[in-house]
Amino acid sequence: MTHASVHNEILDTLAASAMPVNSLQQQALQEFIRLGLPGPKNEEYKHTPISRVLEKSINPSLPFQSEGKVPDEKLWKLNSIPAYQVVFLNGKFVAKQSQLPQGIDIIPMHTARDLQVVSDHLGKYADFKSDSFTAWNTAAWTDGIFINIPEDYTVDTPIILYYLHDATAGQVKSITRNLIIAGKNSKVTIVEKWFTQGSDAVISNTVSEILLREKTSVNHVVVQTDDSNHIQYLHNQFWQEAESLLNSYVITLSGMFIRNNTRVALDGACESHLYGLYLLKDNAFTDNHTVVDHRKPNAFSNELYKGVLDGKSNGVFNGKIYVRQGAQKTNAFQSNRNLLLSDQAVAHTKPQLEIWADDVKCSHGCTVGQLDEDALFYLRARGIDKETAKAMLLYAFAAEVIETLPHDGIKNFLDTLIRDRLHNSF
Amino acid sequence: MAKDNDILDEITSKEYEHGWTANIEMESAPKGLNEDIIRFISAKKQEPEWLLEWRLKAYRIWKEMKEPRWANVTYPEINYQDIIYYAAPKQKASPKSLDEVDPELLRTFERLGISLTEQKRLTGVAVDAVLDSVSVATTFKEKLAELGIIFCSFSEAVREHPELVRKYLGSVVPMTDNYFAALNSAVFSDGSFCYIPKGVRCPMELSTYFRINAANTGQFERTLIVADEGSYVSYLEGCTAPMRDEHQLHAAVVEIYVMKDAHVKYSTVQNWYPGDKEGKGGIYNFVTKRALCAGENSKVSWTQVETGSAITWKYPSCILKGDNSSGEFYSVAVTNNYQQADTGTKMVHIGKNTRSRIVSKGISAGRSQNSYRGQVHILKRATNARNFSQCDSLLMGDKCGAHTFPYIDVENNTSRVEHEATTSKIGEDQIFYCMQRGIDEESAVALIVNGYAKEVLNQLPMEFAVEAQKLLALTLEGSVG
Repeated sequence: MTHASVHNEILDTLAASAMPVNSLQQQALQEFIRLGLPGPKNEEYKHTPISRVLEKSINPSLPFQSEGKVPDEKLWKLNSIPAYQVVFLNGKFVAKQSQLPQGIDIIPMHTARDLQVVSDHLGKYADFKSDSFTAWNTAAWTDGIFINIPEDYTVDTPIILYYLHDATAGQVKSITRNLIIAGKNSKVTIVEKWFTQGSDAVISNTVSEILLREKTSVNHVVVQTDDSNHIQYLHNQFWQEAESLLNSYVITLSGMFIRNNTRVALDGACESHLYGLYLLKDNAFTDNHTVVDHRKPNAFSNELYKGVLDGKSNGVFNGKIYVRQGAQKTNAFQSNRNLLLSDQAVAHTKPQLEIWADDVKCSHGCTVGQLDEDALFYLRARGIDKETAKAMLLYAFAAEVIETLPHDGIKNFLDTLIRDRLHNSF
Repeated sequence: MAKDNDILDEITSKEYEHGWTANIEMESAPKGLNEDIIRFISAKKQEPEWLLEWRLKAYRIWKEMKEPRWANVTYPEINYQDIIYYAAPKQKASPKSLDEVDPELLRTFERLGISLTEQKRLTGVAVDAVLDSVSVATTFKEKLAELGIIFCSFSEAVREHPELVRKYLGSVVPMTDNYFAALNSAVFSDGSFCYIPKGVRCPMELSTYFRINAANTGQFERTLIVADEGSYVSYLEGCTAPMRDEHQLHAAVVEIYVMKDAHVKYSTVQNWYPGDKEGKGGIYNFVTKRALCAGENSKVSWTQVETGSAITWKYPSCILKGDNSSGEFYSVAVTNNYQQADTGTKMVHIGKNTRSRIVSKGISAGRSQNSYRGQVHILKRATNARNFSQCDSLLMGDKCGAHTFPYIDVENNTSRVEHEATTSKIGEDQIFYCMQRGIDEESAVALIVNGYAKEVLNQLPMEFAVEAQKLLALTLEGSVG
């Protein structure tokens, strides 16, 4: 799929849509045409050959499967956690499988689009003028979910968004767009998870805008375990008002080609924690680009991303911290740590600070290394075999990321996932 | 009011003490750049045919290239046809000894505190002085020659040691490397050449002093240092320019070729004219510096104190090709008023057991922007490579910016790379502590900044360390309160 074929795809989607094209879509389309798909010279995609992969994997002359069958629940559902669920199949909302909470507005995007509150916020936070994939999404999303949590409301169990793909009978594209507004003093936990059945190629492009009003508390967990022919672009844009608290987790355990943009704008004296873990092997490729934008004084942000790279995998991390002029008394910390387990794995990391205010405390650190030989020796001297010792150390390294996750159910689920993975496959 | 102005004048003149111009009769090429100008420069310097061809090739490459704009600096378009590419003090013939050098020239360097007349023999520093486009004089030549060390101006080296120059010119920084390196390759006028033979430890510091004097000229010098097996040399570089309203371009190339077991230490105190308080004038300092650790166990260490220039664009780098070779980079970059600096280093680990260390301290004040940009690249075959980087930024005032762009690319799983960076302001408690003990605020800031930069300043040779400390205090003058 080249720039021209994506362009055609957007035009087809807009033509097929029952609703008239609005000005936001028009604008995003123009931006998409202007930006083109990112090439190797694009600083934001320097080590991420997404355009090449797209061209190689997706054949624009073949049709995309819009219909399909919902895969067996056992394959994708997190049974251990009581939760509400929102299910998409090949980019379309599936009402039958979804279980929506009462008392809050939770509406599929294709019907919510014309609501005043949606047009007030949609496209306001996720910047489509600098990234062509977000522009593509903004111009031609097919569905998504709008969640509006009222003031002082606590959503009792997590809301899990399942993006399912049926790629058994042809390639799939899934362009979804979400808008989540957490009203003043509300609390919610949101999980996003992907599952693909079949071996045909999937291109998914998911953009979410998440607005945290004053005093809200949001936990946001991304679980990427999809082990298929799936090219994934994910952009989560958070916008935080004063006294809000965000805990964001991006856990990547497998994936052929993943690009995650996690961006937080701190527009008030608020607090943000960003965590990431990528355990990659074989030919997996994962790129985490994060932006923490301190726009107002007295905010706090902390970021910890860790990676374990084995096989021929490739891990990219780029973390930007902006402290704008006037955002005094900012505390911003960032750390990226990588373990290289094989001599064919590659790590690219670029922690970046851009600071325009003087009364701040900011630091970043990053490391690329191996398991500590001494620690390994210590365990082996106590009769633990090499593989187990290695797995124990890797687990200790990885578990730090999820240690502080406020929801026990999700934490235990992730813990088991990571433990199984480290003891069985690395 | 008049008195106020007097005081103001005094302070502004104090800001950049090397801002005067000397009245030296100059000979220069017409403005602009074309093949004829390059032929003119080459003919002026009586260069052999191969060098002219080399220059013309570089020029043709340059014409095809685009000016890089990725650095975190902004400046108006440079008109490359509006620059004089060659300016030289008029001298009858090349001077045999210092007695024959124009006394006005000697006075110029004396005012800069660099005695070419060897009065200060005791300081034991051999100096090559470069004014605008040509090398004026080199001291201590005979003494160095006794040891087999060649230390002379670049043009002299082309005449006397063509085989060495031809072999190593462009071997570390090829003319195709980047836009400014290509430009330099085409029009470079002079510079220093230094060759340290096998097993020789250079007994004194070698030093080059650059000065831009003429108006509208660009300075394009080229330094080439070749350290043969097991040798050692410590090399210093200093620079100043007069205060002028227009921007002047300085695009230099420094190449260092280090063979087996050799060690080169290169220190720079960069004090080009930074422009006035409103950001008017100043030097554009677009420099390519690179060292190639070609042999086993070779070592290069860069130390730089960057206080001058309106815009600095400079990344002294190390190619660690030989096994067990090591590279170091120590930098203090201070920006004030409207200065912009985008500086850092590149460490490319190719050989086994290669080590590198980066310590960068940025200080921004006024409305300046200070960026660290560095790359650590560990290639696949660089087994057991090791890197440690630390880059700290200090902010003074709420209108300046400090930025860090570290690129870390690791392709080998036995190597270790660590990077850490912090940004903060000077602690109020530290200033309070000093002031309580009777030190005024400005001196307290100077004291704290010097302490902050100590790790780097300690790497400088003694004569330079003193100068650098003074410079730091001077550059930051008036930035508090």
